[in-house]
Amino acid sequence: MSEHAVKNPGRPKRSDRRRTLVTPEGIALPLTLASRGTRFGALLIDLAIILAAVILVTVVLAYSGIGMLRSVGEDLDKLQGSARYSLEFLIILYIALMFLFRHGYFLYFELGPRGATPGKRMTGIRVAARDGGRLSTEMVLARNLLRDVELTLPLAAMAEVVGGGGIVAWAALAWLAVFALFPFLNHDRLRAGDLVGGTWVVEAPKSKLEAAMSTGAAATTGTSQTTGAAYRFGEAELAIYGEFELQTLERVLRENRPEALVAVHEAICRKIGWNPGAGDERAFLEAYYTQLRGRLETGMRMGQRKADKHA
Amino acid sequence: MALFSLTKGQEAQAAIEAAALRSDRFRQDREGDWKRLEAIVTRMEKGRLRRIADEDVLALPVLYRTVASSLSVARETSLDAATLAYLESLVQRAWFLVYGPRTTLWSWLGRFFGGEWGRAVRSIWREMAVALLLMIAGTVIGWQLCLHDPDWYYALFPADGDPRVPGASAAELKEVLFGNQGQEGLSVFAASLFSHNAGVAILCFALGFAFGIPPLLLLIQNTTLLGAMLWLHDDKGLLIDLIGWLSIHGTTELFAILLSGAAGLHVGRSMAFPGDRSVLEAAAAAGQRAAVVMAGVVFMLVCAGMLEGLGRQLINDTTQRLVVGYTILAFWLAYFFLFRRVPATSDAE
Repeated sequence: MSEHAVKNPGRPKRSDRRRTLVTPEGIALPLTLASRGTRFGALLIDLAIILAAVILVTVVLAYSGIGMLRSVGEDLDKLQGSARYSLEFLIILYIALMFLFRHGYFLYFELGPRGATPGKRMTGIRVAARDGGRLSTEMVLARNLLRDVELTLPLAAMAEVVGGGGIVAWAALAWLAVFALFPFLNHDRLRAGDLVGGTWVVEAPKSKLEAAMSTGAAATTGTSQTTGAAYRFGEAELAIYGEFELQTLERVLRENRPEALVAVHEAICRKIGWNPGAGDERAFLEAYYTQLRGRLETGMRMGQRKADKHA
Repeated sequence: MALFSLTKGQEAQAAIEAAALRSDRFRQDREGDWKRLEAIVTRMEKGRLRRIADEDVLALPVLYRTVASSLSVARETSLDAATLAYLESLVQRAWFLVYGPRTTLWSWLGRFFGGEWGRAVRSIWREMAVALLLMIAGTVIGWQLCLHDPDWYYALFPADGDPRVPGASAAELKEVLFGNQGQEGLSVFAASLFSHNAGVAILCFALGFAFGIPPLLLLIQNTTLLGAMLWLHDDKGLLIDLIGWLSIHGTTELFAILLSGAAGLHVGRSMAFPGDRSVLEAAAAAGQRAAVVMAGVVFMLVCAGMLEGLGRQLINDTTQRLVVGYTILAFWLAYFFLFRRVPATSDAE
C-alpha cells in the first residue's frame, strides 16, 4: 500500500481521498481515506473469517453433542445428571459464541493496538478518530452497533424482494439501501456507524526507510567510478527542472531498472544539450540528482520553491 | 524565473555541498531515533507488550515527539520523497499508538460500572421520558383495541398453537403462567432469550439513526402486544398473576428496551436538532454517549435472560415474583439516578 503511495504520488483518484489531520503537537499529518473498494474487500475477508469460525464451532460442538447423545442410545430422556448438564453447557456455549462472533468480533479487534480487524489489517487500513484525538472505546462501540441496519437488514430486505415480497418489501429495501449505501453519499466515505461513532477509516501505510541518496561516490564528488568522468552541471542545466522531476528521478534511481535509467538519462541529456553517451547512466543520474536536489533545497531554505519544470 | 537570480551566487557552492547534501546529513544524524521508534512501534502493533522493555515504553512519547519534529524540519528542508514518506508513515503509526485506545478492558469496565454508565443514562433522561410515554401509550392502545374488538388480538398476536387466545379458559392461561415447574434446560432457555433480546435491542438502537422514528414504532408495536396480553388475562381475572409473571424479568427487560429505544432517539434527535454544533459533531457525541448506554443494555439483558429463564421458572408464586421484579427495578433506578459518582479519568463528554 505504502510503496504504492510512494511510487504513484500522481495517481489522480487519490487526491480526493487526501485529508490532513492535525495532531495535538500541531503537526499536520497527511491521511489517505481508505477507498470503498478496499473497505468492502476488508469486510468480505472479515465475514469469511466469521463464517469459518461459526462453521468450525458448530461442527465441533455438534460433534461432541451427538457423541453425548449416542452414548445413551440417542434417547434424550436417558441423559441424566452431569451428562445432561454438560449438554446444556454445550448449547449455552454455542449461543454465547454465536452472539460474540456476531457482535464481538469487530469490537475486539478494533479496540486492539492496530485499530483494525484482520480483514482491515490484510488490506492495510484502520479505524481512526475523526477529530484527531484518541480513538476511544465508546467510538468503537458506537460504530459497530450500527452494523445491523447497514448490513443484515438490507440483505434481509433484499432476500424478501427476491422472494417475491410486495410493495412493502420494496419500500423497506429502498429505505435500508440509504444505510447500506451511506459511504457513497458523503465526501468522507463514512458509513452510518462512522458518522455516529465519530470515526473514519484510513489507510495505514508502512514504509521502509530507504537508503540516503547522496552517499555514493558519483553523488558526493560527481565523479563516476566506472569511467572516472566528472559530472558538473551548471546553473542553466539544473534550472530546467523542479521538485516533481526531482522526485521522479529519485524513484527511477531507487527502482534501478536499467531501461528506465537509459531512457531518463537520454531525456535529461537531450534537455540540457549534452551528448548522451552509454554505459555510465547511473553515475550521471546520481550526480545530476544530487546537484539538482542541492540546488532546489538551497532555494527552499531561501523560501523559494519550484514545483516542476513549468514553474 | 526569479529562482535563477536568487540562487545564482550559490550555484558553485551547491556543487561542492553535494559532497553530502545537508538534508541527508540531517537525516543521518537522526536515523538512530527513527529506527528505534520504528522498532518499538512495530513490536507494539504486534501486541507483544510484555516483550517491550519498560524504558522503550517510556521512550515512546519522547521519540514520537522527536520524530514528529524531524518530520516538520524535513518538510521544510528536504526533497527526499522516500524519506518524507517514511517519516509521515512512522509518525502516523506512532501517533495511533500514543493517542490510541489505551484503556484495558478491566479499567474500562471499572469506569463503566463506576459511574460512566449511570451518567450516560442520566444524560438521555428526556428521551427516556418520551420512550416511557410511548410504551405506556402502546400498552393502552393494545388493551383498548382488543377491548373493542377481540379480533385485534389475533392481528397483534398471531398465535400458532399458543393456548393464550381470546376465549381460552382461566385454567389454560394459568397453565402457561405457573406450569413450567421443574422444566429442564432452563439455562439454555435463558441464554437464547438473552441472545434474541440483545439482538432486538441493538436493532432498536441502530434504527434510531433514522432520525428516531423507527424506534418509536418498534416501542409502540412491542408494547401493543403487551397491552393485548394484559387485556386477555384481565378478562379471566388473572391480571395480577400475569403482571407477576412478566415483572420478574420484565422490569429489567422492558427497562433495557426502553433504554435502547431512548438511546436510538437520542442519536436521532441530536442529528435532527444539532444545536450550535455541526450535524457530524452532534451525531458523534450523541453516538458515543448512546454506545455507553447500549453496552449497559446488553448487560441488563443478560440479567433479564437469567431472571426469565431461571428465576421465573423456579419462583412460582405471584407475590414473590412481584417482590423480586420490583426490588430489581428499584435497584436499577437507584443505581442510575442516586449513585452519581463521576470517574476521575472520564473523557466521554
